[in-house]
Amino acid sequence: MEKYLTLLSFGPEGWGLALLQGAWITISIALATVPFGLTLGLLVALGKRSRSYPIRLISTLYTTIFRGVPELLTLYVIYFGIQLLVQRLWKFLGFESSIEMSPFFAGMVALGVVLAAFSAEVWLGALNAIQKGQREAASSLGLTRFQAFRLVVFPQLMRVALPGLGNNWMVLLKETSLVSVITLQDTMFIATRANVVTKEPFLFFGVAAMIYLTFSMLSTWGFGKLEERANRGYVRAR
Amino acid sequence: MWCEWPGAFIGLEVLEKYGCRMASGFGLTMYLVAISFGLGLFIGLGLAVAKLRGGRISAALIHGYTTFFRGTPLLVQLFLIYYGLGSIRLFWQDVGLWWFFRDPTYCCLLAFTLNTAAYQAEIFRGALSSLPSGQAEAARALGMRPLPIFLKIEIPLAMIVALRPLGNELIVMIKASALASLVTLFDLMGATRFAFARSFDLSIYLVAALIYLCLVEIIRRLWDGMEHRLTRHLVLR
Repeated sequence: MEKYLTLLSFGPEGWGLALLQGAWITISIALATVPFGLTLGLLVALGKRSRSYPIRLISTLYTTIFRGVPELLTLYVIYFGIQLLVQRLWKFLGFESSIEMSPFFAGMVALGVVLAAFSAEVWLGALNAIQKGQREAASSLGLTRFQAFRLVVFPQLMRVALPGLGNNWMVLLKETSLVSVITLQDTMFIATRANVVTKEPFLFFGVAAMIYLTFSMLSTWGFGKLEERANRGYVRAR
Repeated sequence: MWCEWPGAFIGLEVLEKYGCRMASGFGLTMYLVAISFGLGLFIGLGLAVAKLRGGRISAALIHGYTTFFRGTPLLVQLFLIYYGLGSIRLFWQDVGLWWFFRDPTYCCLLAFTLNTAAYQAEIFRGALSSLPSGQAEAARALGMRPLPIFLKIEIPLAMIVALRPLGNELIVMIKASALASLVTLFDLMGATRFAFARSFDLSIYLVAALIYLCLVEIIRRLWDGMEHRLTRHLVLR
């Protein structure tokens, strides 16, 4: 028992600090992905409802591709692909030195692109749930299409989309464990390294599982509160 | 060999060279997904019934199980089983199960099955508890025994609700099976990583993406057909 406590302590022989830093990276990459992923997702959802056929086609292709390809594969393609691309651009511009892309950025882009594809479906469902009359009323008041979206549709959208986006967030949180394969030092990466050094797989992967479980449960609680707040203007039928 | 033809046909050298590896990787992916999803179906249904009909203790245990497996990444679960259970070698040798935990394929199957069973249990629980109680009551009034009521009334009705989420879960499993490549297995993803590591040709990743995409699209079509068949008696489709 004492051995395990030493291994998890914050002292020189313990992995406590490293694990905390890993947990911090996990939560930061998840939070950093959200604004990018959700914005892109909303744009894709609006693209799917666009009047122009090419935009509809591109948006549909986008969601089909990124919802159908394993996240691990997307991560590899973006990590290696962008790296190659940037390096070629660098050479083309005449720089001698090579450039490395940070795994954090690559992970954020890959997770964001996937989150966008999944959240686009949620946004689309929410957009469909908002009655046509709302838009018609807005346009009869003389609002432009953009104004109607910004002032009338969007504020109502959040309430309808919240449960679906909550699911997207939970999936994202668990997907962040994949970024450890492109050497980003998240919870999973630290646990793997600690296992290699100490040969205590149960302890470290168990702790990693508990860290993810804590984040999941906190998120469930938080989204419950958010939904309560978003629905405060509505009486629930009993 | 036939598996070299597609690469030769489209003139992609890396696919011609590693086509056979990709093909056997595809086979392993299908094998992992089919077995774990199939087993998960039965375990998930059993857990759902036990949670709904069983006592308080079984409900609490099942709740703990589903919370753990749905709240942690599959990668953590896979590593816990592959590295964790694999590390107590002496114990497994004593009980004669070392052949199981020594093999990454079996570890993958175990992790995938436990994971998908947790998700499928929640799907079945939701579907079964959404049934109006009048259905089972009517069947009982007709003198049906509990087992036939469950098999012939409740399951077909619940399947209408559960079908779509189950299809989504199957698609999630196909994509998640790529994690097998992280425990030394050469599934489709593993074969692709191998080919990339040897050739540094990124296009092999795109080929793999296309294969996964086709697989997912086929499942989607198949599921649409199944839904059509299950709801053929309903006016509103």
